[in-house]
Amino acid sequence: MPNSKTIAVAMSGGVDSSTVAAMLCEQGHKVVGLTMQLWNQRRLAGHQGMPDEPVQGRCCSLDDVYDARRVSETLGIPYYVVNQEERFEQDVVRPFVQEYLSGRTPIPCSLCNNHLKFDQLLITARQIGAELLATGHYARNEFDERTGRWVLKRPADRAKDQTYFLFGLTQEQLSRTLFPLGEMRKPEVREEAKRAGLRLFSKPDSQEICFVPGGDYKMFLDAYLEEQGEEVLDTAGELVTTSGEVVGTHNGIHNFTVGQRKGLGVATGSPLYVLEIRGDKRQVVVGRGDELYSRTLRAKRLNWIAVDDLREPMRAQAKIRHRHEAAEAVVEESGEDEVLVTFDAPQRAITPGQAVVFYDGDVVVGGGWIT
Amino acid sequence: MHRVYLDNNATTPLLPEVFEAMRPYFFERFGNASSIHQQGQQARAAVDQAREQVAELLNCRPAEIVFTSGGTEGDNLALFGLMKPGDHVITSAVEHHAVLNACKRLEEMGCAVTYLPVDGRALVDPDDVRRALRPETKLISIILANNETGVLQPIREIAKIAAEADVYFHTDAVQAAGKVPLDVKEIGCDLLTLTGHKMHGPIGAGALYVRKGTLLQPLLYGGRHERSRRAGTENLPGIVGLGKAAEIAREGFSDGSVERMAALRDLLERGIVESVEQIGVNSGDAPRVPNTTNIYFDCIEGEAMVIALDLKGLSVSTGAACSSGAIEPSHVLTAMGLSADRARASIRFSLGKQNTADDVEFALSLVPEVVTRLREISPVWKGAVSRQPSALS
Repeated sequence: MPNSKTIAVAMSGGVDSSTVAAMLCEQGHKVVGLTMQLWNQRRLAGHQGMPDEPVQGRCCSLDDVYDARRVSETLGIPYYVVNQEERFEQDVVRPFVQEYLSGRTPIPCSLCNNHLKFDQLLITARQIGAELLATGHYARNEFDERTGRWVLKRPADRAKDQTYFLFGLTQEQLSRTLFPLGEMRKPEVREEAKRAGLRLFSKPDSQEICFVPGGDYKMFLDAYLEEQGEEVLDTAGELVTTSGEVVGTHNGIHNFTVGQRKGLGVATGSPLYVLEIRGDKRQVVVGRGDELYSRTLRAKRLNWIAVDDLREPMRAQAKIRHRHEAAEAVVEESGEDEVLVTFDAPQRAITPGQAVVFYDGDVVVGGGWIT
Repeated sequence: MHRVYLDNNATTPLLPEVFEAMRPYFFERFGNASSIHQQGQQARAAVDQAREQVAELLNCRPAEIVFTSGGTEGDNLALFGLMKPGDHVITSAVEHHAVLNACKRLEEMGCAVTYLPVDGRALVDPDDVRRALRPETKLISIILANNETGVLQPIREIAKIAAEADVYFHTDAVQAAGKVPLDVKEIGCDLLTLTGHKMHGPIGAGALYVRKGTLLQPLLYGGRHERSRRAGTENLPGIVGLGKAAEIAREGFSDGSVERMAALRDLLERGIVESVEQIGVNSGDAPRVPNTTNIYFDCIEGEAMVIALDLKGLSVSTGAACSSGAIEPSHVLTAMGLSADRARASIRFSLGKQNTADDVEFALSLVPEVVTRLREISPVWKGAVSRQPSALS
């Protein structure tokens, strides 16, 4: 085959990446399967409220490695597990814990993409002789002849759009990455998996944070800090209103997320919401639902994709969390590596620690981290 | 794709003549060696012959050979068979996990364990053994040839210390068999572990030498096989193969095949040392078995190098086969003082009797090129690739 290339596929053991491997094989490429071992699911077993047995059916569980290996065996491609537990802990888990303890709500998947999948795994792929890395993300990337830049675009299946987690990709990374599912819809992917003879075509999608069993991040924080021999930080403090009135106490800022309604332990006439978390004062600011709405945010640690820099105020659609409908806004520089985002209409629960990603239609212009 | 296998410390290919010896015992010569009838007698004869072949390799009596399922069982039988709560065992930091993890279990059961350190060449100091002796010391267990570096421990001296102190001495000789002569009388050990598949025999068949008069508590209870030291119907084809492999291993010291393997190992080692910069041979200045070379390549991720070479047709490893996918750098290399980075940058090349000069040439045609590519793309090699800012920076 004339255009046959050596392509590494980041295989998680799920349907999406497995199908990518099958499709690339069918196209005649030389495919190498790689799975990153990121976290030992047994590691915190028995600590602070964690289950004694590892929970199966998640990233890095033995089940998922087994599935990825079986898919590779079915396809007849070489397959390797590369260990990145140390990097994952340093670049994803520790920041995740620190963010919560500082009163922010982190997104570990973006950190993992930036530091592991598209950094370390891409390096490994190139080292073993694969110039390209393919993943099962729902996204599109292409080279824009006009601007001379690689662009990241929303996928055909808007419901599966994962570009929000990919805003940190550099030009170099985009140039070496393939998103073969960008033009497909999920049912088509499952159909393709079935056609390729992959027995996992009906395996359910994974949703949770891969290293947090059952999605209970508070339990994870306690268990992790205990394992590290670190004092479980006492971040208890006051519940205050926007006018400064103390209306109660709370058991630790890391138990709260902006927009949260339940678990405040304060009985008032109208429902109360978390409006803000003041990490330095250990205060959780609460108020009415309508006080959750805000028109502006600031973001730092920016990455630009479609443009090389923000030269003048820009109109864009800004997305402030994975499940948020991108909203019209103006983005302007407000400091060194910092932007001010002003929405046309107030947005609910803008949350520090989350990413804000700027879109121009389907194109990801860039993004940054909400402060 | 042309493939060359240089990972013989993980397992060796079965020699065709070993397979030919085994073949009838899967088919027309099947039998349970405990049966009275002719099939049983035929099987018994084959087991007896194999026992003599293994005894000849070790220069011991046939009755001192206990057939096992392999190295792990042999090590476990030696340790759990002798040790009782309150007893003390002396071992080293560079043992195979079959000994190390058995010792961890012994500690949980109320035994005391001393893990001796090693020097920069991965050698145990016999004086350390002497100093570690206690009144309740029951056993000393030191590996004969290390699986990762090939280093040969000073076991004759250690055996002497054990004998003087009236303490049992066990050695795991799995990686030594067929590579250096093994004479249990000359070594002076009470127990010695062997396995078939590291000497071109079958997987699943091994032996433990148990000096006459050494009382072992069995691991497995059942029939009175192996003089009640190891219950279970004899693995007839496996045992026959082990016997044949032992015979061929013994012949290897006089027919030139061991010397040929040693010459090829030296050729490979010298070739790599001369063609690649910033590398070194781990334990290169220690006595070693003639088939193994363990080399660190600075600024290389050993895991990536193994994969890169595999995709080009060369099979090598980062260390013990059981360590792949593990995060911890090799306990053997770190025990001898290598940094974690250097331990992770180490590759083991291990030859077998099937390897040829062409195989070595093939390896030498790949290794320098692959190392160059890995280093060009490495984030730590001359700061080639800039990292992204960390999320919290």
